Amino acid sequence: MIRSITQPKLDTALESLLEGYTRLFVVGCGTCVTLTQTGGAPQVAAMRERLLSWGKMVTGSTVVPVACDELSHEILEEHQGAVASAEALVIMTCAFGVQTIAGQFGKMVVPALDTLFIGKESAAGTFLEVCVQCGQCILGETGGICPVTSCHKGLVNGPCGGTKAGKCEIDPNKDCAWTLIYNRLKSFDKLDLMRRYQPPRHHNVEPKPGRFQAPGT
Amino acid sequence: MARTFKEVLESGDFVITAEAAPPKGTNLGHFRQHVALLKDKVHALNVTDHQSSVMRYPSLGGAIMIKEMGGEPILQMTCRDRNRLALQADLLFAHSRGVANVLCLTGDSIVVGDHKTAKSVFDLDSSQLVRTIRTLEKGYDLAGNQLDGGVKFCAGAIVTPEADPIEPQLIKFEKKIEAGAEFIQTQAVYDLDHFAEFMAYARPFGAKIMAGIILLTSAAMARFMNKNVPGIKVPQDLIDEMAAAPKGKALEAGIAIAGRMIRRIKDEKLADGVHIMAIGKEDKVPDILDAAGVKL
Repeated sequence: MIRSITQPKLDTALESLLEGYTRLFVVGCGTCVTLTQTGGAPQVAAMRERLLSWGKMVTGSTVVPVACDELSHEILEEHQGAVASAEALVIMTCAFGVQTIAGQFGKMVVPALDTLFIGKESAAGTFLEVCVQCGQCILGETGGICPVTSCHKGLVNGPCGGTKAGKCEIDPNKDCAWTLIYNRLKSFDKLDLMRRYQPPRHHNVEPKPGRFQAPGT
Repeated sequence: MARTFKEVLESGDFVITAEAAPPKGTNLGHFRQHVALLKDKVHALNVTDHQSSVMRYPSLGGAIMIKEMGGEPILQMTCRDRNRLALQADLLFAHSRGVANVLCLTGDSIVVGDHKTAKSVFDLDSSQLVRTIRTLEKGYDLAGNQLDGGVKFCAGAIVTPEADPIEPQLIKFEKKIEAGAEFIQTQAVYDLDHFAEFMAYARPFGAKIMAGIILLTSAAMARFMNKNVPGIKVPQDLIDEMAAAPKGKALEAGIAIAGRMIRRIKDEKLADGVHIMAIGKEDKVPDILDAAGVKL
């Protein structure tokens, strides 16, 4: 399952965003941010304490099941009073959740997290970016490993000169995508795919902002 | 009249180029001095393009200055900072100002440089940039529109013979030559036996290959590069040789090593030439050439 990967904003940044607000309601999410331990129940509890230590009033808090889905009437009704008496919502979800909640509650929102990428858990607690939604899938020619996403420079014709022991020049913890692709294609005896020239890419397949209409709807 | 770089490449003579880095700012005094010192001692001068992703005076400006001073510039162009419109426009500009040689590079990552929060581009890669030059030369831009006045370049690219692993790097090397690269500069090499093995593989592809020579200035610098620079491996015996130099004589030891390597590359015909990178010590290039016993 793909996950929205987040990290907390620095306290200084968050404090500055909260300037002018005294009464706050805190929202976490039971899905991705619970897995990444950035917006689950323990983090929401810790946020309440932090806000109190900053001299704020916390009118209430909740951990919604899936913040990027429309919230149920039950949830909205359960917290109606506490939300109404808050000046703003401190939201510990990814940016999808922040946008949904902002629309549904009709309140000013303060994101407590920054959304980094859409990723997949590759080992316990380790999440890797898997797709940048480029609109021009190249996976059929790279053995199912995406260089647009997994190569730091998004190169599609092979590696740069920055490979060091199969790792990326910018971080020894990051694999060189083209080393992985080479090994995968070699194991399938398909290196001719890597030798194939890839022309310059189409960067506007779906011009921003993305919009899609399913057929017949 | 001095020969063009392309004429030198085609002559079969041992090619010697050196690198010149534009300044951080508009004080071009040092750059001008280096160009004046070197322009008649090497066949061409490479001008770096925000090397290591550090913002500087542009490579195109430096290349034009070399041209104006009667030298032969090689314009380095990375794909890091410009999209295909800007790269093509700069190629038109370069041609219009007499800059005839381009070295196409991917470019270092933004995050290793001094503007770490900047947006990186990489709209094209290095092999696509070589093909872009060949497309413009046919009188068309990348959108297929006809140019009113074309371009002509001697186009090159780079390879890292010590990349680890090497195989993916070699596939990219072959793609650059297929794209139309006429010359190839290598990342710095120090183990010439290993480099000879690389050349045995690379020679049949036909492009002229120039061995990269980075001047060692201290044993610490050699260790630093081994630890931090992908694709550079300084063998232990050279580090020991640098470390054994008497106090204050390390630079001289580095010049002697560079000279000795160039001499061997030339005598044993290991490559078609050398590209000397005396980073921050450009004024020592004549000493390196003297140590090598080579001149134009």
